[in-house]
Amino acid sequence: MLQVDRISKRYGERVAVNAISFNVAQGETVGLLGPNGAGKTTAIAMISGISRPDSGAVSLGGVSLAQDTNALKRRVGLVPQDLALYEELSAWANLQLFGGLYGLGAAQLQQRAKAALALVGLADRSADRVKTFSGGMKRRLNIAGALLHEPDLILLDEPTVGVDPQSRNAIFDNLEELKRRGKTLVYTTHYMEEAERLCDRVLILDHGQILANETVAYFKQQYTNLEAAFMQLTGRALRDGAES
Amino acid sequence: MNTVAIRALIRNDLRLYFADRRAVIVGVLVPILIAAFFGRIFGGGDQSGEQGKIPIAVVDEDRSRVSQAIAADLASDPLLEVSTLGRVAAREQVKSGKQNAAAVFPQGFGEQATKSLFSGVNKPRVELLVDPSQSTGARVIQGLLAQYSMQEISKEAFSGEYGRKTIDNYLQQLDKLEQTPLRADLRSLLSAARTLNDRAAADAAAASSSGSSASNAEQHQFGLSIPYTVASTSVTARDNTPYNSYAHSFAGMAVQFILFAGIDAGVLLLLTRQRGIWQRLRSAPLSRSEFMLARALTTTLISLFQIAAIYVAAMLLFKVRMEGSWGAFIAVGISFCLLNATFGLMLATIGRSASTTRSLATMATLLLVMVGGAWVPAFVFPRWLQDASRYVPTRWAVDGLDGATWRGLPFDAAVLPTLVLIGSAAICLLIAIWRFRWED
Repeated sequence: MLQVDRISKRYGERVAVNAISFNVAQGETVGLLGPNGAGKTTAIAMISGISRPDSGAVSLGGVSLAQDTNALKRRVGLVPQDLALYEELSAWANLQLFGGLYGLGAAQLQQRAKAALALVGLADRSADRVKTFSGGMKRRLNIAGALLHEPDLILLDEPTVGVDPQSRNAIFDNLEELKRRGKTLVYTTHYMEEAERLCDRVLILDHGQILANETVAYFKQQYTNLEAAFMQLTGRALRDGAES
Repeated sequence: MNTVAIRALIRNDLRLYFADRRAVIVGVLVPILIAAFFGRIFGGGDQSGEQGKIPIAVVDEDRSRVSQAIAADLASDPLLEVSTLGRVAAREQVKSGKQNAAAVFPQGFGEQATKSLFSGVNKPRVELLVDPSQSTGARVIQGLLAQYSMQEISKEAFSGEYGRKTIDNYLQQLDKLEQTPLRADLRSLLSAARTLNDRAAADAAAASSSGSSASNAEQHQFGLSIPYTVASTSVTARDNTPYNSYAHSFAGMAVQFILFAGIDAGVLLLLTRQRGIWQRLRSAPLSRSEFMLARALTTTLISLFQIAAIYVAAMLLFKVRMEGSWGAFIAVGISFCLLNATFGLMLATIGRSASTTRSLATMATLLLVMVGGAWVPAFVFPRWLQDASRYVPTRWAVDGLDGATWRGLPFDAAVLPTLVLIGSAAICLLIAIWRFRWED
């Protein structure tokens, strides 16, 4: 489904991502784990077509992103780490924009927006302004915005940041439902328990490189649990650098 | 071309604009209020002449017939609002800005001025105390003072007491001198003036004793006066169509506040770049040109809404009329709105932070609208500034809107302003395209 082949990205002197490669199969859920500044967000940006790799290639279904970016963008849904919502507008108006960006007609948009809102449990709040929503509701709507064009691959960049346990649980339910529907998910997070619950496979990144690419079962078997593996592989030094 | 995405972006931006009621009010109501204020202080719509009288003080230390007559003439002039004050009070009022100027007639002014009319020496000195910030008003006062002084002094010379005394004095002096042909001619002239003076005085006395009015008595007095009358006609769209100063102030304020909307659009784009929504836009199948086109069209539509709302208020509430061509108004309006849209885009591409961009752009806009004649008509500027303002697109926008409204110019007159505005829009667009960073 997704092939990432030795992609690199440099910002000035700093190497954000250094020749990483991995594949993601159709229907698989892969977690990208790493401390701050490990290169997770930069990797997601390159896979989603926002940022062009300095070298290497990203392919989806065998088609390189460099060949027809727009066609591939229609097959990818991005849930950005920062809330990508207009707070002054209603949930419905936000979804109308996001669906429109992917060329959805009025009838199709209506149907897809209803379905997306139902999936994230916001059907009864569609007419309300986003600024009246709780943090968890905004996060769920942020996910709904990436589903309207029914992408094959959904990229989620820390989708549970700053939400309470109840909302996080609701988001997990949403993601598990997407997984059941056969969607391919690539998921970045700091939370080990999220990755353990949701992911089939986990990539641990640090300093722009992949340190491990294994199944959750493998990590549990080799390191007791995922957190132990993470700490052992990435070390205990504090990472105060900017996320990239 | 992803037209569905472009429509979605436009619809979304319009929703955002109308969701912010404060922005709508600032963009529509505030320009209407300020235009109403400027229009009112520059004459309003009635132009009855009661507006804009120049306040002036007269200090009459002479209290002669001449000085009193000049003061009365000044008081009856429609351009002036005259107060009679003492010297100290007059000086204070000029200093505090209550009077534009004060004319002080010194003691002995009437007699001395009448003598000087013939001799040209020992002229009395009229002191004119002037507010330096009101130099135009002071020049008007100087002109009127010269006119009325000449009128009253010459009247006194040929018909009054001082004149008779002065002529007698000259005749006596001539009699003592050796007779020459030139002096003989001068003597004849002065004698004729003396006769005229006697006759005028006798006629005036007769008219006065028979109960005729003072004005009839004055008809028997002779003096110099301006040998023509002036019929002033405001050259507006049509004869009998009065100038409506609201028309200009609404043009100016529409231009100013639409430019402010352009700044807002640019700043909003800068802010969007810093938010998660930018990643969402960038991850969508949307090209750089589609995105820029959508932004430009949105700002154009918002600007058109503003100009339409402002002019509807101007027409309904302030009697601003399209005395010229509706086509010209539409052409200038649309081209200015296009310029505003590309101006906003350009700002977003050259600006670094939202707050700095807003401050610098607001300052630049205020300068543009001021030089462009949006606050006061450009013809009051010094010559060099008038010439410089021709390179400022706001001047063409204001002139174009003025032409379509109160000047009543035909469509042809709007062609050049429209082309200048479209050309300026093209320059802004080229800069925006050159500088726009789509990828991070």
